[in-house]
This record gives sequence, C-alpha cells and structure tokens, in this order.
Amino acid sequence: MEIRPGPDRLRPGRVQLALLLSQRITALMSARTVAPVAPPDTGRRTWEPLPRRGGRSRPAWTRGRSGGAGLSLRARWGLRAASILVPLAVWTAVSMAGLVDPAFLPSPPAVLEAFGEMLGTGQLVRDTLASLGRVGAGFGLAVLISVPLGVAMGTSRVALALLEPAVGLLRYMPASAFIPLLIIWLGLGEPSKIAILVLGVVFFNTLMVADAVRRVPGELGQVAATLGARPGEVLRKVTWPYALPAIVDAARINAAAAWNFVVVAELIAAESGLGYRIVRAQRFLQTDKIFAVLIVIGIVGLLIDVALRILRDRLGRWVV
Amino acid sequence: MNLVLSGVAKDYGTTRVLDGIDLSMEPGEFVCVVGASGSGKSTLLSLIAGLSPVSAGSVSLGGVPVQGPGPERGLVFQSGALFPFLTVAQNVAFGLRLLPISRADRERRVRWYLGEVGLSSWADALPRQLSGGQRQRVAIARALACEPAVLLLDEPFGALDVQTKEDMQLFLREVWRDMGTTVLMVTHDVEEAVMLAQRVLVFSCGPGRVAAEVPIVLPAYRALAIKRTSLFLGLRATVEDLVRSHMLSPEREKV
Ligand SMILES: Nc1ncnc2c1ncn2[C@@H]1O[C@H](COP(=O)(O)OP(=O)(O)OP(=O)(O)O)[C@@H](O)[C@H]1O
Ligand SMILES: [Mg+2]
Repeated sequence: MEIRPGPDRLRPGRVQLALLLSQRITALMSARTVAPVAPPDTGRRTWEPLPRRGGRSRPAWTRGRSGGAGLSLRARWGLRAASILVPLAVWTAVSMAGLVDPAFLPSPPAVLEAFGEMLGTGQLVRDTLASLGRVGAGFGLAVLISVPLGVAMGTSRVALALLEPAVGLLRYMPASAFIPLLIIWLGLGEPSKIAILVLGVVFFNTLMVADAVRRVPGELGQVAATLGARPGEVLRKVTWPYALPAIVDAARINAAAAWNFVVVAELIAAESGLGYRIVRAQRFLQTDKIFAVLIVIGIVGLLIDVALRILRDRLGRWVV
Repeated sequence: MNLVLSGVAKDYGTTRVLDGIDLSMEPGEFVCVVGASGSGKSTLLSLIAGLSPVSAGSVSLGGVPVQGPGPERGLVFQSGALFPFLTVAQNVAFGLRLLPISRADRERRVRWYLGEVGLSSWADALPRQLSGGQRQRVAIARALACEPAVLLLDEPFGALDVQTKEDMQLFLREVWRDMGTTVLMVTHDVEEAVMLAQRVLVFSCGPGRVAAEVPIVLPAYRALAIKRTSLFLGLRATVEDLVRSHMLSPEREKV
C-alpha cells in the first residue's frame, strides 16, 4: 500500500521529527564528549501533569429520567409502543399516498381484511397450528438429543474430544442446504420437515448446552464431593441446577432458529403451515395475505420467546 | 481420628509443587499453615480432601488411607463456594440429604448448625443476599453439618475486611472448642494464624515443604486483646520472619 500524505498534514510531524532528531544528535554528541552515561534518574518527574478529558462521564444512574437506567416505566412503554407504531405509521402513509402499487405494498386495512378473512375460514389457525406442531416435534426432538450430548461434552473430556470436531463441523452446514437431500431420503412428508428442524437446531444447541455446563464453577463440584456427593449426584444436584437457566436461554435462542426453519421448510414442500400459505398467496399475487402471514409469524415467534424468557426467569431466580 | 501425612509429594506435569510433607495431627488439634503464595498450601488441602491424588507418599485419617473426597474431611474455600441456587438452609442440608436420615432429623440438625453460626433468621435467604462474612459462616456450617473429623479451611477469611475477619476468628475459635473438630487452616495472614492455631506450619517455596513449625504457647481462651500482648507480638514476629526467610528459594526442582 502506498502512503501519500499531503504536504500540509505532514508539516507538524516533520517539524517534530526534525526536533527529535536534533535532540538525539546533541544528546549523542554530548554523551560522547561530556557524559559517558545517561544522567541519573533524580526521582523527580520531568513530565507535565496528565491532561484531563473534557465532557461529562457520569454513570447512567445519575442521568435521571433521560438516561437508560433511570427511564420511567411510562417512558419505557412509550418507546416500546413507538418501536411498533412508527414503522406502522410510515407504512400507512406510504401506501395511502399511493406511492407504491398496492399489488406490491398492500395498505394496513387491506392486510387487516385479509387477516380477518383467513381467520374467518379457520385457515390461519390451521396453518399456525400445523407450523407450531412441526416446531414442537422438531425442536423438541432436537432438545432431547442436544441436552444430553451437551451435558456429556460439558462434563467429560472424552465426550468433548469425541464430539466437538464433528458437531463443530456440522454446525456450519446450513440446514436449508440439506432440504434437497432430506427430500430424497425421507420424501415430501412430515419426517423431512422435522428432520430439517432437528438439523438446524441440534448442533448449535449441543454446543451452547456444553458451554453452559462448562461454565459451572469447578469449586462447586469439589465442595459437593467433599460433602459426600458421588459423581452422578454432583451432576444432578449441582451441575444441572446451576446450568439450567443458561440451558433454557440457549433453547430460547435456538427456538427462534427453529421457528425460522419451519417456515423455510414449508416454503419448499408442504400442504399446510404458514410457509405454505405464503407460497400459495404468492401464486395468486395476494401480497395482503403474505403480509398478514408474515405478521402472524412474527407475533407467534415473539410469544415463544416471551414464554421461554418467563421460564428462564422462574428457574433462574437465584442468578444475581 | 489422627490425620497423618507421610512423605507426601505432588507433581503438576514435571513440576514438583509439594515434597516430603510429613504431618501428624491429633484429634481436636488446630493447625494453621502459612507460607508464600504458590508454595502449595491449597494443593496440600486438596490432597487431604482427596480432590486430587498424591504423587508420592500417603495421606490417612484414623489409619484409613484417603482415596477420594468424603464428608469426614470437610473443605471450605476462600470464596465460600455456596450453591447459589439453594437457600442458606438447603446449603447446610446438602450433605445431610445424601444420607439416609429422616427429614425431621435433618431439619433439626440444620437448625442447630444455623444457630451455631448465628444465621437462624437467614435460613430462607439465597447466598447472593448474604454478606461475605455470612457466606463463610454458611460454608463452615455446611461442612460441619456432615460431622467431619477434619475441617480444612483454605483462606476462609481472606476476602473479608479486618473487623469482620476478627469477628470470624473469634467465631471459629468458639465453633472449634464447641465441636472439638480437628482444624487445618491455610492463611496468608500471620496474625490470624497465631491468633487461631495451636501450631503454625511455615511452608517454603519450590517445591513446598514444611520449613518450620512454631508452637503457639497462648492460653486456650483468646480474646481479641491478646493480639496486643508481647507474647503474641513476639510469636507473630517469629512466624513473620520465618515466612519471609522461606519466601525465595533457589531453583524449582524438576522431577
Ligand atoms: N491444577 C494445577 N495444574 C498445574 N499447576 C498447578 C495446579 N494447581 C496449582 N498449581 C501450581 O502449584 C503451585 C502451588 O499452588 P497452590 O495453589 O497450592 O499455592 P498456594 O500456596 O495455595 O498459593 P496461594 O497462597 O497464592 O493460594 C503453584 O505454582 C501453582 O502454579
Ligand atoms: Mg491457595
């Protein structure tokens, strides 16, 4: 790389460099002629006091109402509402102004209408339940596989050495890339969709559970052992309860992934589900329906997240 | 039960961190170990606790060789290592729950030990609600509840302020006289060692050995004021000089 600084920018630097060089030279010369060694450290500091930084650096809690920590409940809920309402308002404004063809961007009332229609025929509920059922099966299976594997990896060096390379490699293969293969292996039915979910979740969750288990302080297990606990009892009575909130947290993060994967799986081959409904709507250019389904997907995902968050907080009341 | 260590050595990799440790403790004795950081004091406790195997020599309690951790050798860490997800009472009950005793019996014992350490009103609190000194009391109660023959303490008051530490020293002396447990305690604090122990062992570095042993000829009942007596100060100076003189040592021996 070539560095070509302008002459103006360099000038102060050059002056300093010249100064420094002349100082060096005089120092060297005087060292050679007068003092053979550097002057002894007199112990007195020869530098200026450190400059103080300007501006305020008050901690968040002193900032009162405007700061993050001191935010009042009302202000917080106001901001939360704005986070949804502002995009909604922009959407309404853009679609009302007729800037975009309603076939591309349906107006909020049209989406609401499509939502009402799909709700009325029971289609939306059926699709939501179908997707939820697949997530329940696929994610549930993934958790059932990954928690024991993760606990084994987190507690046993043998299991760690045996599993970590394989799991670490498989984790980087996108589950969606397995879809064609899984359709060849398992056909177009439910098993292939559940398998995609399992593949998409199981490796990440295993590693995250292993990490949660590894973070249990070793002293706790040692103390338990000196109180008479056998290895199995240490696992059940110390390692497991300590790691559980973190394990639920890992599951919460991976539940979001599972919810994404189920829609992807349904986009490709399905006769029901929210992803399937989107593909159907696309075929007939019903963007209002697509919007309605997207919003439902978002809301259901959020509800799953909230439920698992509540569970985590219940289990982790002891966490500082 | 006598705790006997003979010729105990410990290697980590090719480094010998403890060598030729001979130690015999009478039942009910209180011994403190002092020495430079890294001289292997914590390692010694983990060997006695059975948390890691000796590389040479043997550890036995009441004539039975130590082969792993067990409730007859209680251990208290500097951090307390309380189970954060259990209440104070559940922490104390941890070892008892592993034994085939009735619930009523267990609860009676837990109540008694909580009273002994002055935490009866904190039974249902979580560890995070306790102060540092209170946490150490719980850790000591939890170990004592298993009725250990030997209580091993690794710098249990190292993280406490001076006043709390002195309270805890008096408390520990009291508990020890009440229970008659053998206590082996590691500490950085020479004053603490002289205050508490009947015998102080001074460790030398690289590899750790018992370099000196100082009998603490102080009365059995010790109030805080004893720290200002000339006898106490003399003992303290003796131990401090020994610690200092054994801090630096030539080369660390390779196995
Ligand atoms: N698990 C381990 N693996 C390797 N080396 C270790 C291990 N544990 C301790 N050591 C080494 O053994 C030596 C003694 O450590 P130890 O913790 O017993 O010292 P200590 O006397 O308790 O020190 P301190 O007063 O600082 O607590 C140290 O040099 C340490 O590096
Ligand atoms: Mg130590």
